[in-house]
Amino acid sequence: MNIPTPIATLIAGIAITLISLWVGQNHGLMPVAASEEALEVDGLFNLMITIATALFILIEGALIISIFKFRKPKGDETDGPPTHGNVPLEIVWTAIPVVIVLVLSIYSFEVYNRMGGLDPMASGGGASTEMADSQQVSPSDSDRSLIAMAPNQGQIALGLGASPENQGKDPALSVDVMGLQYAWIFTYPDTGIVSGELHIPMGQEVKLNITATDVLHAFWMPEFRIKQDAIPGRTAQMRFTATRVGQYPIICAELCGSYHGSMKSQIFVHTPEDYQQWIQEQQIASTDNLEQAVAANPAELSDQEFLAPYGSEMGVDAQTIEHLHASHENITEFSATSN
Amino acid sequence: MTTQLEKPNPPKDTGQIHQQEHVRRWQDYFTFNTDHKVIGIQYLVTAFVFSVVGGLMAEAIRTELATPDPDFVSPLLYNRLMTMHGTMMIFLAIVPAGAAFANYLIPLMIGAKDMAFPKLNAVAFWMAPPGALLLLVSFLVGAPEAGWTSYPPLSVVSSFWGQVLWILSILLIGTSSILGAINFITTMLKMRIPSMGLHKMPLFCWAMLAVSALIVSSTSVLAGALVLLSFDLIAGTSFFNPAGGGDPVVYQHLFWFYSHPAVYIMVLPFFGLVSEVLPVHARKPVFGYRAIAYSSLLIAFLGLIVWAHHMFTSGTPGWLRMFFMAATMLIAVPTGIKVFGWTATIWGGKIRLNSAMLFGIGFIALFLVGGLSGVMLASATFDLHVHDTYFVVGHFHYVLFGGAVTGIFSAVYHWFPKMTGRMVNETLGRIHFVLTFLGMNLTFLPMHKLGLVGMNRRIAMYDPQLQDLNQLCTAGAYLTAISIIPFVINMLWSINRGEKAGNNPWKALTLEWQTTSPPAIENFDEEPVLWAGPYDYGIDTHKADDSQTVEELLVEVGAEV
Amino acid sequence: MGCLYTKFSPSPPLPLSPSPPPTSKQKITQSPIASHLKEFMQGSTIDESKTVLNYHPPAEVISHHEEHPDHRMFGIYMFLIADTMMFASLFVAFILYKASVINWPPEGSEIELLLPTINTVILVSSSFVMHKGQSALKKNDLSGLQVWFGITALMGALFLGGQAYEYSHAEFGLTANLFASYFYVLTGFHGLHVACGLGLILSVLWRSRQPGHYSAEKHFGVEAAEIYWHFVDVIWIVLFTLVYLLY
Ligand code: HEA
Ligand code: HEA
Ligand code: CUA
Ligand SMILES: [Cu+2]
Repeated sequence: MNIPTPIATLIAGIAITLISLWVGQNHGLMPVAASEEALEVDGLFNLMITIATALFILIEGALIISIFKFRKPKGDETDGPPTHGNVPLEIVWTAIPVVIVLVLSIYSFEVYNRMGGLDPMASGGGASTEMADSQQVSPSDSDRSLIAMAPNQGQIALGLGASPENQGKDPALSVDVMGLQYAWIFTYPDTGIVSGELHIPMGQEVKLNITATDVLHAFWMPEFRIKQDAIPGRTAQMRFTATRVGQYPIICAELCGSYHGSMKSQIFVHTPEDYQQWIQEQQIASTDNLEQAVAANPAELSDQEFLAPYGSEMGVDAQTIEHLHASHENITEFSATSN
Repeated sequence: MTTQLEKPNPPKDTGQIHQQEHVRRWQDYFTFNTDHKVIGIQYLVTAFVFSVVGGLMAEAIRTELATPDPDFVSPLLYNRLMTMHGTMMIFLAIVPAGAAFANYLIPLMIGAKDMAFPKLNAVAFWMAPPGALLLLVSFLVGAPEAGWTSYPPLSVVSSFWGQVLWILSILLIGTSSILGAINFITTMLKMRIPSMGLHKMPLFCWAMLAVSALIVSSTSVLAGALVLLSFDLIAGTSFFNPAGGGDPVVYQHLFWFYSHPAVYIMVLPFFGLVSEVLPVHARKPVFGYRAIAYSSLLIAFLGLIVWAHHMFTSGTPGWLRMFFMAATMLIAVPTGIKVFGWTATIWGGKIRLNSAMLFGIGFIALFLVGGLSGVMLASATFDLHVHDTYFVVGHFHYVLFGGAVTGIFSAVYHWFPKMTGRMVNETLGRIHFVLTFLGMNLTFLPMHKLGLVGMNRRIAMYDPQLQDLNQLCTAGAYLTAISIIPFVINMLWSINRGEKAGNNPWKALTLEWQTTSPPAIENFDEEPVLWAGPYDYGIDTHKADDSQTVEELLVEVGAEV
Repeated sequence: MGCLYTKFSPSPPLPLSPSPPPTSKQKITQSPIASHLKEFMQGSTIDESKTVLNYHPPAEVISHHEEHPDHRMFGIYMFLIADTMMFASLFVAFILYKASVINWPPEGSEIELLLPTINTVILVSSSFVMHKGQSALKKNDLSGLQVWFGITALMGALFLGGQAYEYSHAEFGLTANLFASYFYVLTGFHGLHVACGLGLILSVLWRSRQPGHYSAEKHFGVEAAEIYWHFVDVIWIVLFTLVYLLY
């Protein structure tokens, strides 16, 4: 194999490095980052883009050069050089990927750990009693076909726990998240607020206890770069700290039925003061009577909203609404027990 | 080095008889025929038919996604189309296409007359059409709508009959694929001509060895999962249904234990085929034969221990996620060995840039993109963001379309002369390549960006802000659909009118080129003689004897039989 | 230069000798694989008399039992690997539940041990009985084969009977709870395999009536039935340990 001259190789190498470094910083592919975790993930992603760009240019470049430079001259029926291999070269191109994937693995591991992915409470290292009782539901529910609360609370669904420096500390705010076809219900155990949108204060660690009533859903916040499946009968936790005030989408990322695509909600990141104000407004609105709170549930409104355009298909929706109804009854108990 | 050659016997009087009496009639292709070449063609045509059906579904999907609202099809129908598109492309287009080339080429490449178990082979093929039929019939009774992954509990509470038919169909196709794999392994290990050691086997055979091992060791795990799922569905047990104490995550483990290896089952055969195509048209030996051969086995092995990278968000313990992350990333190493080896193979060669070669090089170029995004996905940390988004959809279409499908086309153009005895039309082939390449990139490149900014997969309605990129994808999908037209025209025209090919139009060295095109019914009139390694190109500088170059010999070997 | 392949060259360099080099024919007869292809490829559609390639195996090779490359046993082993993986998947799923569900087994799923233990003894010993059958055949003792295989079949039937009895007297139904479902699916699936094995044994017995069908040299059917039966036996031992002893 005839390797190009050293000078050409050197120049190409420098050019590839510079281009990839530039692309890695300026690809502009990610949406805004609204949490500490998101910034870390973006750092990792930038590195991956840099490496990928370099490999991309290297290999596609070699292919394109080959196509133009090594075409068979017209009328030349002879073969190319009988090169069968080149051991040092092969060792190099085995070793370099090994190094790259090692670096990527270790870096990913680091970030994952800092995000709390390895917190023993959340990652399966120890039994999480706290979570087990947050999902107590009276057994009488289990005959309601899809309401899935099995006797096996030992199963936890895992997720992202406390980051290493927060380990052992309680989060500033804890919210129960319930996924159902096709809405998210947020319950604030401390205040009894039930909402169809998530409101959190900026700069404080928030913990979500995520579960579902009917089928699998997945709780995804693109601007926070985190996602966790909601599994009926189990509770997963996800801790994060928002760093940017604003309103961001919450998306269900696991296929959960026809209207999976419209199972969306919003997360509002407030300044701590605004957050307190929101809490107060909600508490005035919601009396002790939880039934009423559920009836005025914005989640229901937004369900209706999204169902409205598809009025022609109410055949499907009758069933859907039944689900919603059943689930809401369940939520009453859900939030009641978790208080 | 001197090259010593042996030339097969000149044909005796039997040559002519052979031409007249042993030509396949078209009816043979619709019967229970045990000739591996017939079965190969049967698989190939089946694969093509279903790829068109699956492709039409994809066009419907893209049409729906041209606008943010579900206005072209209802969300329910969308989910059904999406499920059927995935299932059909994987189980009825790509997997059978791999089996097609394995059936057609393995016995020829190793100098055998047929497979080890010809009848079993035919049985395996004939399980596929009923399987396909079951799948299609499900449209009449409410097709499955839980995605090709059929995760419970959704799959046990929706579209009952569709789901039942889906399970039956996959069980049938799975069995067919196990039977096929048993045949391939036995044939390759036991029936090579005596002079062909393992290390003189063409690389395609090595790849198929790895694939067959994967099929035998993982397909039945899927069967196990589906049996349990069908009990949940039909008998009301709750293995996977949390309502009765079951655990949906267990299904995911069982499913991916098969379905991750399945992605290599879908791409390794084409790694093998491309390893055949590139050296022939670059007129250079394949670079690092042993490295490419062994890396197939390594990929297969690693492929068996990385399945949970599809479940990073669903509830795997943290340390296990880290294990699966590292193991998954490691696959980049053996795959990289292949990619670099292919690139080095064409580097410095004398490239004939015909359709087969274009698709072969296109294969490397496109697969690379999918591979790079695959390594990103493998990072559990990053996957928390992009799991179940269009970033993943972009990834797997680059490896499946850019990898598997492009590989199929390369192989079709390369072996068409062998299969039919006629050359393809190069102009149409090149048009086909350009359209496919442009359309494919236009469709699937924007999907990466879509996924990153917040478009999740399997949805019929999306945020209007994302419409522009989605329309690019849709335009690309139409272009890709159009690209099939020159291909079909080319095939139909060339099969009847193409220039006669002769035995060895590419002057290739593997054994299949030593027989007639199309090959005689039992492949070789004489047991073929292995007089060179499969990729010993460039030896024409060395004289076989004083008067003749290997090159000339090659021409004659090819021309006469 | 870096050529990795050693060239295959049994004959002197071959400058287009008009007469075929004798080696290539010889190779074919030397090669057991090539010469037996025709014989052991289970029927191809090709009319042999019309094919150019009529390498009929020299008759005497057939008698060399040790050499003949009958690939069917190899295929059977491959199949058994696949089948093992299927059971493995069910076992692993069972173990996962056992490990993660706190009240395991759930109440109301007590199982009787006596009958299954007897059943286990029957099945395990049947494997030995069956092996005696094959040994008999190896000594060309056809009636020995029939007797021992007959007994094996009986034991297999007994096993199935015991299983049926157990089903009909179990306290729980298929959907009672997770354990119950597993119990039925695992034992049922295994029972299905026993039934298949029984079918194989019976078909061996049926064919053995025809003189010369099986002999010391020719006994693929016997061997296949036996390896399958052993396989079913081993699976049962694992199953019995998991479901009955360790549950
Ligand atoms: C042919 C099919 C195929 C192939 C070959 C691959 C190859 C790979 N895939 Fe992909 N994958 C799919 C088909 C395939 N995949 C499908 C269908 C899905 C979605 C399933 C679903 O949910 O529906 C999926 C999903 C998927 C996921 C889950 C994403 C999610 O749902 O969140 C992950 C995560 O790890 C992944 C990783 C990889 C990796 C690491 C490879 C590697 O094998 C790639 C290796 C190749 C290279 C890396 C390029 C060449 C190498 C070099 C040039 C060397 C140097 C490079 C480096 C050091 C980086 N794939
Ligand atoms: C091999 C597999 C394969 C192939 C070729 C394709 C081809 C295409 N796919 Fe698909 N796709 C999948 C496998 C494949 N797909 C899978 C597994 C899913 C996931 C499903 C799920 O979520 O459950 C998916 C999902 C999927 C989605 C996401 C749906 C969603 O999540 O909501 C979309 C959206 O645009 C899409 C589009 C397309 C388009 C436009 C093409 C076009 O390129 C199609 C045009 C078709 C052709 C041009 C024919 C191709 C030719 C051949 C296949 C070989 C020919 C054979 C011979 C010559 C023998 N596909
Ligand atoms: Cu809930 Cu998708
Ligand atoms: Cu995978």
